[in-house]
Amino acid sequence: MSNAPVDHGRRRFLTIATSVVGGVGAIGAAVPFIASWNPSERAKQAGAAVSADISKLEDGQLIRVEWRGRPVWIVKRTEEMLAQLADTENRLRDPGSEEPQQPGYAQNRHRSIKPEIFVAVGICTHLGCSPTYLPSDFAAQVEGIRSGFFCPCHGSRFDMAGRVFQNVPAPSNLVIPPYMFIDDNTVLIGEDEGAV
Amino acid sequence: MMKKLLSAVALLASSLAMAAGPSIPLDKAPIDLHDKASLQNGAKLFQNYCLGCHQMQYQRYSRTFRDLGIPEDIGMENLMFTGEKVGDHITNSMPADYAANSFGVLPPDLTNVARVRGADWLYTYLRTFYVDDSRPFGVNNKVFPLVGMPHVLQELQGVPYQAYETRLVDGESKEVYVGIRTDGSGELSPEEYDRAVADLVNYMVYTGEPSKLESHSLGIKVLIFLLIFFVLAYLLKKEYWKDVH
Amino acid sequence: MFKNLMSWIEYRLPFTDKMNLHVMQYPAPKNFNFWYFFGSLAMLVLVNQIVTGIWLTMNYEPSAEGAFASIEYIMRDVEYGWLLRYMHSTGASAFFVVVYLHMLRGMMYGSYQKPRELLWIFGMLIFLVLMAEAFMGYMLPWGQMSFWGAQVIISIFGVIPFIGDDLTLWIRGDYVISGATLNRFFALHVIALPLVLVILVFLHIMALHEVGSNNPDGIEIKRDNDGTVEQTDADKKFTFHQYFTRGGKKIIVDAIPFHPYYTVKDLVGVAGFLLVFAFVIFFVPEGGGFFLEPPNFEIANPMKTPDHIAPVWYFTPFYAILRAIPDPLLGAIAMFAAIIALALLPWIDRGKVRSVRYRCELHRWNLVMFCISFVVLGVLGVLPATPTYALLSQIFSFTYFAFFGLLWLYSKNEKTKPLPVRLT
Repeated sequence: MSNAPVDHGRRRFLTIATSVVGGVGAIGAAVPFIASWNPSERAKQAGAAVSADISKLEDGQLIRVEWRGRPVWIVKRTEEMLAQLADTENRLRDPGSEEPQQPGYAQNRHRSIKPEIFVAVGICTHLGCSPTYLPSDFAAQVEGIRSGFFCPCHGSRFDMAGRVFQNVPAPSNLVIPPYMFIDDNTVLIGEDEGAV
Repeated sequence: MMKKLLSAVALLASSLAMAAGPSIPLDKAPIDLHDKASLQNGAKLFQNYCLGCHQMQYQRYSRTFRDLGIPEDIGMENLMFTGEKVGDHITNSMPADYAANSFGVLPPDLTNVARVRGADWLYTYLRTFYVDDSRPFGVNNKVFPLVGMPHVLQELQGVPYQAYETRLVDGESKEVYVGIRTDGSGELSPEEYDRAVADLVNYMVYTGEPSKLESHSLGIKVLIFLLIFFVLAYLLKKEYWKDVH
Repeated sequence: MFKNLMSWIEYRLPFTDKMNLHVMQYPAPKNFNFWYFFGSLAMLVLVNQIVTGIWLTMNYEPSAEGAFASIEYIMRDVEYGWLLRYMHSTGASAFFVVVYLHMLRGMMYGSYQKPRELLWIFGMLIFLVLMAEAFMGYMLPWGQMSFWGAQVIISIFGVIPFIGDDLTLWIRGDYVISGATLNRFFALHVIALPLVLVILVFLHIMALHEVGSNNPDGIEIKRDNDGTVEQTDADKKFTFHQYFTRGGKKIIVDAIPFHPYYTVKDLVGVAGFLLVFAFVIFFVPEGGGFFLEPPNFEIANPMKTPDHIAPVWYFTPFYAILRAIPDPLLGAIAMFAAIIALALLPWIDRGKVRSVRYRCELHRWNLVMFCISFVVLGVLGVLPATPTYALLSQIFSFTYFAFFGLLWLYSKNEKTKPLPVRLT
């Protein structure tokens, strides 16, 4: 047994140094466990952006594309539909799209990049049913408005920009997903050019 | 050095374990997973010559493109032929029963073949097909006798045959097999063919373990860290044990 | 405030007292050497297997159809999945390296002798459960070796007279190894056996702490308080938990508290072990074909038998003994006898001196012969059963068992060296 006095300073330093390095090691060892919970390649591929060909889309036509397990609508709005967007605004909950239900480039009256192409997630913001598209029979739901979306489950109503009407169960406008135009005929849903 | 020592010991042990070996010694495959050009060529060869019958059902196109440094659009144009998505696995559309009937057995999936057979086996196998009229596809193989696979790379190698030389063995004059020769009709010279096969085998070694290079680079950092920790722990131990000694 | 909380808990669950008893004031012999690292390393590897195992279970699919593909998914698609997999597979082999060295320590220093017989029995039970756990774990990737290795080993049970065939059918849950077998092995491997293992390890350590650790000299650190031995200044430096002095009946000599001395020393052992462990994981995870065997990178195919079926390296010594005897039933009995003989060491060894340091020269050579037999049998177990290798297997099976026979014979009236009074 050493007869020299205990060098407490050295002991403390070494203990702290070893503990700190050990702590770093423990955190490093934790990284693979935590990271393995990130979406796997399979999840990322399944959730990858989906491209849709809109070259054959007719006026007033709605097509459905699946992205991340959800239905995404692409609608070619007519001039009349776009004009009517102004008429509904006093009856909407959030006419200015203040709530963050859409990317920056869709925070406008028509809630889209190009006015005539409407892209939205076709899920009612109330409890998740998929609303019905009524291109010409919407007046029965909302007086004076020809086209819109009507959810059959609990009667929520949305205008042709997916904005929710007042006095319906749904609390907010339809979600607009990130999307972009690869060219005039192709929409890529799930990716955009960056925050606008 | 340690790695060489460890793998030498392991190699000795595993070569002892080799039961039914091939009938000829295996050539060393020149594997270099850092050689992206080689891997890219190997990927191209696989898609053009092997995908017809074999699959790599555990390897995604996107993974190959990313690891080999191939931009996705170029990869999709040159290496994907049947309109799959870039994230799809590398599969073909050959029905299993058709394959079993045509070849006698379903052509095995090749994603991990380099880990099952070894790179040297594959490298030697692809270079030792030879003409044999008694076989259904007209070829046999020195490493895998009576193989059911046709010589898909024949247009690159040329028509291969076994070459013999007369040699004195134990005082007797014998015909000794000295290797595969070709009739020169192949697109590639023998050296170029060997290089092409090396590239293909290199690619298959990669697909067997795409994480290998990442593992090595992370491993170096981990070992250096552990060395530092070991030194600190040792000093700490020595300090406290002054009480005891 | 904190002190109040601690005493509130302490009154209801004597955490601090137990910590003192088992860690801070636990007397451990001061002369532990290299061979004493492997107990704590075994615990480290156990924790590694459990944690990496849990994480693998998050992505593994326990069905015959999906298992192999799910391993590939983990290796390729899950972030760091390859690392988790390699940590688990390398850990399995590391577990046996550590456990075999741990057992060898026990044999060298007579740690199985009275009063540590039960400690040794718990250890042997851990060994048995560990072998079962590893065997079942190896089946889960559903590769060629998983399937065919399981086929061979389970069919060993068929040699039991009368019930053999029904027993194998019952174990398999099917007429051939199938998803039924895989699913039940999954359940046993993931939760049942790990629980048993953890309980056994707890009992193992409890049994150890009750009688105290042995040491390389094989002499006790707790002596009767009757004046035959005096405490030195070194001894008086430390306070040990009163439990160990048995109310003054015992004095403790040549001991040091487990914390900080052995916590800090075991940390060095851990660091050294991790260096080797990390090297294997990151650079040679297949272990030259012994940790991850080449046939297992191919999905199980009941129609195609691999050229060469052998169990994983850590089973091969016993496998070699099994094969050495031509009759299947006798071979199986020999294989189990090889393990049972180890378990019965406390009674086979009739000697009173524990450590090889003070035992006769013959005992040293007997131990050497045992070790060589074990290793050679291990190598033979990997090789094909040619006539030469079969003969060698028989010879070394004989020398393996001869260890126990000779030990029983000479231990009764063994010429031992005088034991030191104090630890060296």
